[in-house]
Amino acid sequence: MPEPLDTLIQQHRNEAGGLMPLLHAVQAAYGFVAPEMVEPIAKGFNLSRAEVHGVISYYHHFRTTPPGRTVVQVCRAEACKACGSDGLMAEVEQRLGIKAHETRADGAVSLEPVYCLGLCAQSPAMQVNDRLFARVTPERLPAVLSAVEVAA
Amino acid sequence: MSAVKVFVPCDSAALAAGANEVAAALLNECARRGLAIDLVRNGSRGLFWLEPLVEVGTALGRVAYGPVTPEDVVSLLDAGLLDGGEHALRHGITEQIPFLALQERLTFRRMGITDPLSLADYEAHDGWQGLKRAVGMGSADLLHEVTHSGLRGRGGAAFPAGIKWKTVAGLQAAQKYVVCNADEGDSGTYSDRMTLEGDPFMLIEGMAIAAMTVGATEGYIYIRSEYPHAVATMTRAIALATEAGFLGDRVLGSEHIFHLHVRKAAGSYVCGEETAMLESLEGKRGIVRAKPPLPAIEGLFGLPTVINNVITFASVPVILARGAQFYRDYGMGRSHGTLPFQLAGNVKQGGLVEKAFGLTLRELLYGFGGGTRSGRPIKAVQVGGPLGAYVPESQWDVPLDYEAYAAIGAVLGHGGIVVHDDTADMAGLARYAMEFCAIESCGKCTPCRIGSTRGVEVIDRIAGGANREQQVILLRDLCETMVGGSLCAMGSMTPLPVLSALDHYPEDFGLTAADHQAA
Ligand SMILES: Cc1cc2nc3c(=O)[nH]c(=O)nc-3n(C[C@H](O)[C@H](O)[C@H](O)COP(=O)(O)O)c2cc1C
Ligand code: SF4
Ligand code: FES
Repeated sequence: MPEPLDTLIQQHRNEAGGLMPLLHAVQAAYGFVAPEMVEPIAKGFNLSRAEVHGVISYYHHFRTTPPGRTVVQVCRAEACKACGSDGLMAEVEQRLGIKAHETRADGAVSLEPVYCLGLCAQSPAMQVNDRLFARVTPERLPAVLSAVEVAA
Repeated sequence: MSAVKVFVPCDSAALAAGANEVAAALLNECARRGLAIDLVRNGSRGLFWLEPLVEVGTALGRVAYGPVTPEDVVSLLDAGLLDGGEHALRHGITEQIPFLALQERLTFRRMGITDPLSLADYEAHDGWQGLKRAVGMGSADLLHEVTHSGLRGRGGAAFPAGIKWKTVAGLQAAQKYVVCNADEGDSGTYSDRMTLEGDPFMLIEGMAIAAMTVGATEGYIYIRSEYPHAVATMTRAIALATEAGFLGDRVLGSEHIFHLHVRKAAGSYVCGEETAMLESLEGKRGIVRAKPPLPAIEGLFGLPTVINNVITFASVPVILARGAQFYRDYGMGRSHGTLPFQLAGNVKQGGLVEKAFGLTLRELLYGFGGGTRSGRPIKAVQVGGPLGAYVPESQWDVPLDYEAYAAIGAVLGHGGIVVHDDTADMAGLARYAMEFCAIESCGKCTPCRIGSTRGVEVIDRIAGGANREQQVILLRDLCETMVGGSLCAMGSMTPLPVLSALDHYPEDFGLTAADHQAA
């Protein structure tokens, strides 16, 4: 069971600028920041709901819907483009059957663009859940995506 | 007989190439053969085309093998890996590999050599020398030292560090802060990541010296969320350094107090802009603040704050340890010291090259980089991140120096160098620059927020071909508005990659040289 939301709020409410660390903690525990969490967070931090919502929606990293069981990220930035990441993204979309920013209907996988993983000398780069992959050639792609459950 | 030391890096870039699997295979196979090894997880040397780079400690020095896969382990051990034996993957003594031997590693001198989280290793390789000297100096002497070294901010704007520190040092306040910008959002850059993961105590030492100089007692390192390994290593390093008395209530037993915290960013490129970063640290949306007030005067929570990039802080220990003049003597003109250049994209030998300012792009591209990975000719090189210009071959002999680059309308930025071969579509890359600006704009200024979207559309129309000359005029006009009407470099510098692509590669926009003259 994840840590109750109230406990997380208590842990961070007195920390200077504690809203960001709280949101990270919530997302780490629950996988996303659910819309119904906004109100208790706002109360705990003595902020308006609009302020909390504004922060959550501003940052690309925070999700408001549950992610797929596997999260696949493909780097879209220049150094990866220079080594064929546009084609790689198209290939990944095709294999997963979803587009960037989408989660497959069976909940197995989400696909996200990412703007640089710091692996720019070994581009193109991908991340699958917590694992990084460099120099992802079309031949290597099936192995890279092996963590994704095959659609039923 | 003591166990042979074998090094397998734990840097993200090595992990992404399979370093953990190689380490496991080595341990397994050595156990099976009854061979005793002492496996060290070092940082990366920064020779990324060779990762995972396995090194073995021998009487002659460390011998390098790479890139190693788990399947190579058996044949490597058969070939006498543990004695530095001959093998197709052997590159000789690591330090004699030309890519490394030709560098001037001051800041990165420990990189890949030590175990990043070993205090003993750090100490054995000149660690804490700068801080130990700094503790005995007053603020004025420290300021003189940093100023005289000529160190300028390595995050992009190249502002002299000493001047910024002096402003903060001169203010009276109940609380002052030191904040490290580890947002490293630029494509093509990874020197901050390498430092956070590969030599975290160096950053701690640099920040502690800064805190001592300006009288700050609290510090934050703002690390991008895309770098989970960096967050983990830095957090652990702070705990270890605090336990050992290098941080905390009595830094090195002195009266200086310095508490350091890691804060995780959340995927916004603009939060690398220093005032947006402060907003984010305060728990708000990362919207850029108008300046003045300068963050040095009204920074984090409205209090005086030193903000520097990772590499700026990381350069300070060696300056203190070896003296300002030692550092100042590297480089050219007003660009003193060294810059960790980062070779990225379509380059054969991609990796980190720390050199004094003043070498040329051509030396980096061919001397170190060995040309493209694809084997095709190099067409364009983007220097200085996504907001940097595309530099064409006619400019590859310009010395890499802040002022010389400014003179050709380009920037060095954070030292990222992204290589594209002749298949690159420069109109497509210009479009991407506008698209990136549209995605990442904080929304405060109309030319940046809306202009970038209009920019994408205009470039699409140019590519489409209708009224091409007119559309080019429109694009230039739009860029001028963005340059003049944007609060920060996101909006005002996006025109750099766009216009440099247009100016140097008009044919990619469907323009002949003659059309181009007319436009
Ligand atoms: C859009 C934008 C993004 C930036 N991103 C970074 C960054 O990721 N890292 C960084 O150190 N500086 C970045 N900067 C520069 C910072 O605003 C600031 O100049 C820097 O942190 C100061 O440190 P320095 O003087 O040591 O370079 C960025 C600036 C802009 C306008
Ligand atoms: S230029 Fe763009 S990113 Fe910068 S403050 Fe204006 S809107 Fe925000
Ligand atoms: S640009 Fe893709 S990892 Fe840096």
